[in-house]
Amino acid sequence: MNAPVPDLLPESTPPDGPYVGRSMQRVEDLRLLRGRGTYADDVALPGMLHAAMLRSSVAHARLRSVDATAARAMPGVHAVITATEIAGAPGAKVPTVPLRLQPLACMEPYRQPVIAQDRIRHVGEVLAIVVADSLALAEDALEAIEVDLESLPPVADWRSSAADQTLLFDNTSTNRGVTFTARRGDIDAAFGKATHVQRERFTIQRQAPVTMETRGVVADWDAVNSRIVVYGAAKVPYFNRRTSADMLGMKHSEVDFIEGDTGGSFGARGEFYVEDFLVPFAARHVRRPVKWISDRREDLMTMAQSRECEAEAEMAFAADGTILGVRGTAWCDLGAYPRTNGLIQPRNIAHFLTNAYRIEAVEFASHVQFTNKGPAGTYRAPGRSETTMFCERLIDLGARAIGLDPVEVRRRNLVTADDMPWHFASVTPSEPASTGVTEADSGDYRSTFERCLTEFDWAGKQALQGKRIDGRHHGIGVACFIEGGAAGPRENAKIEMASDGSVTLYVGSTSVGQGLETSLGQIAADALGIPMSALTLLHGSTTYLSEGFGSYHSRSTVMGGSAIIDAAGKFKQAVREAAAVYLECLADQVVLEGTQARSPRGRSISFAELARSEKIIVEGTFANHHHTWAYGAAAAHVAVDARTGHVAIVDYLVVEDVGRAVNPLLLHGQVIGGTVQGLGGAFLEDMIYDAEGQMITGTLADYLLPTATDFPQLRAITLEEYPSPINPIGAKGAGEGGTIVVAAVIANAVANALAEYGVNPTSLPLSPSKLWQMIETARAA
Amino acid sequence: MKVSFKVNGKPVATEVEPRTTLSLCLRDNLRLTGTHVGCEHGVCGACTVIVDGDAVRSCLTLAVQMEGCDVVTVEGLSDEAALSPLQAAFRRHNALQCGFCTPGMLTTAHALLSEEPNASVERIREVLSGNLCRCTGYLPIVEAVLDARAAYGGPAYQPADAGHGASHASAGAAR
Repeated sequence: MNAPVPDLLPESTPPDGPYVGRSMQRVEDLRLLRGRGTYADDVALPGMLHAAMLRSSVAHARLRSVDATAARAMPGVHAVITATEIAGAPGAKVPTVPLRLQPLACMEPYRQPVIAQDRIRHVGEVLAIVVADSLALAEDALEAIEVDLESLPPVADWRSSAADQTLLFDNTSTNRGVTFTARRGDIDAAFGKATHVQRERFTIQRQAPVTMETRGVVADWDAVNSRIVVYGAAKVPYFNRRTSADMLGMKHSEVDFIEGDTGGSFGARGEFYVEDFLVPFAARHVRRPVKWISDRREDLMTMAQSRECEAEAEMAFAADGTILGVRGTAWCDLGAYPRTNGLIQPRNIAHFLTNAYRIEAVEFASHVQFTNKGPAGTYRAPGRSETTMFCERLIDLGARAIGLDPVEVRRRNLVTADDMPWHFASVTPSEPASTGVTEADSGDYRSTFERCLTEFDWAGKQALQGKRIDGRHHGIGVACFIEGGAAGPRENAKIEMASDGSVTLYVGSTSVGQGLETSLGQIAADALGIPMSALTLLHGSTTYLSEGFGSYHSRSTVMGGSAIIDAAGKFKQAVREAAAVYLECLADQVVLEGTQARSPRGRSISFAELARSEKIIVEGTFANHHHTWAYGAAAAHVAVDARTGHVAIVDYLVVEDVGRAVNPLLLHGQVIGGTVQGLGGAFLEDMIYDAEGQMITGTLADYLLPTATDFPQLRAITLEEYPSPINPIGAKGAGEGGTIVVAAVIANAVANALAEYGVNPTSLPLSPSKLWQMIETARAA
Repeated sequence: MKVSFKVNGKPVATEVEPRTTLSLCLRDNLRLTGTHVGCEHGVCGACTVIVDGDAVRSCLTLAVQMEGCDVVTVEGLSDEAALSPLQAAFRRHNALQCGFCTPGMLTTAHALLSEEPNASVERIREVLSGNLCRCTGYLPIVEAVLDARAAYGGPAYQPADAGHGASHASAGAAR
């Protein structure tokens, strides 16, 4: 076992040749390993007060009144803020959270109020904010607030949501927010000529991203300039600054969101959470800095949950194994509100049932159902993890039904280089900014599949299928995947030469722990032709650029990196033009060598000398309306103990072609880390709500994450055979691939191991108790 | 209440309420914010510090219990000049991403290797299984701790063959 050790260089040692492609040790580690990072809770400001949120303990109710009189009178309490204070005038409504991704007009009635005003729709919804001298005093005061509410029947699952007996939102006639439908080709003709149709029902459980750092916001009211500075920003500071400023009734320029170190995201930090408004509002209200840090229970209740859905899916096969079409319906339980990103999972579920395969006919509908659970959002591989499992199970089951080897069926149907650019089904409705057309950029999906089979020794492990060794049932499984990344529309970068000649680079991308300072530093150093140690890279905060986008959809390396390359080209031209005056030659004749500019006659001027009289500052941008598509395959060898339902991973291999790996060491970390996260979802993690809409799994002792002893046998191989043609780096977004394929390959391997009982895993998690039950049921049948 | 103890070799005296946890005392009173609080009920391990040689959850320990104790936090694992061998191993193996769990991983591993420099891979996994990491999948953390054993007087590190003849390949085969 090892981490890849070749090419490990400290970032201060300039390599021979380019930085890009090298396994550089991370710049950020030097502070993080010494405990010198600055996460939200590490921010401490003079005069800072502490906020605690009063959260609903019921899932669905009419809110009659919130009486904070007693709480306000308690010592150390500075303010208790309710919907009344936020709405301002009698009869006025509190602001609601806008959709960022897929901003469909039909979502208007379903938008989340920043605080419960007349209706409560999930356990954990904010009813009031207490601001006090200490967190302990604030929490004490929560208990003195009187809430008068009238219980309403909880809508605790998608079925009761779809029944529309209890409507969750005023001015609507249904709890179904929208239905996304993917269409391609002639679906009736495809199913009409099928020799076999494989039909299955799948259920995926609700999961929680669980960042190790909980959310937190520290807001500083600047009374002199009437400005607010918000710490704790992550992932999408610019969108959240605009949203918060609009809600506060302030100019965008009067609000800054500052990014510090961020303790993980996995998609979930891409939201605008109500606290991103409530805490700045509170700071302005009390005219003091205010800190709010989520505790773990609050975080499990309110941070974007995801994945929960049920689906009926059919796959039509020709006798030779050609997949003629897929169709079906999915119902996605979005919880109480769409928030900013909630529509992505249901939209992707509609879109990606075809996975990596050349399937000409598609018709798949995905319903967005609101319930009284915590609001859902994006979680690493949103919608893709789910559909990849549906697709790959259908292939295994369908192939066996028609007497073909599932591996051969995959070979026959995988998209190859000849099929590029492969067009996916189109989805309606689509967001206004989108062209609605999605196509793969490059690749040969069969080549990663073959590589995976070879490296895994699929042929050699054939004999293991269904075999009982030492009392355990052995099985192997394989599955393919595609990974979209590099979402547009743009990213921006700025490069500045300071008065001492040092180079500072600002980029709109944000770091959520993925090593952005290192990977983008590598790209920047190459593009500028200077050592990494000679430049400073600053990212995220809204003080750096007029517009930025951030990190989501595996985009930051590709989009931020490409914007940096654009800015670097402009920067070098600006330096040449400035230097030409001093070197008495034409700008085009100036040659840049590191931080020196030279003329053809051998004269030179350093950046430091140039900076004494010249101010060089340039901006670059990269716009992109197409996505990159990394792709790959994974294979697993499992051993199932039928007496306990425990599944051991004997071997697991994932192969992914990412076009170009900027820093293979960091990429490898993303793939392995993402794989273990996916294994958590496949075996352990289950966010359970009861029939009253109460969250049952409210601690990390109840919501089980993988630990160091669970999955020690994992391998990953990264390939760079098909660089992306749509960005100057050639890289494809690749932070999610490890996660996407896990549930699919595990379900196939477990089914293979338990073939003698006919166990058919179509729902997650495959926890020991559930799998044991499935085995017992199958044995009895 | 006043409590006096040693932190990272230096004597400290600070005023706390009886209910103040060690994690809060370290972070707020002493501004040692490298100790992170991830769950406040002893499950995640991010807040682990070393008290008189033992790895301890500072979120489940009261500050007043520290009277006369010797506490080491992540800030005390290395000096200004260089990373400790354990920290350097974490960096080489990319054993951290977001860095939030890292202080707890480092203190837990340091306490283990100080007592058991020959700890087997199984023993290392078992001890680290009390600390949650959501980014790395644990493999590089375990590898970094194996690599660091030599610096504590344990066996020399033997990186297994990455194998597979592939660029950027790595394996997690049994050791």
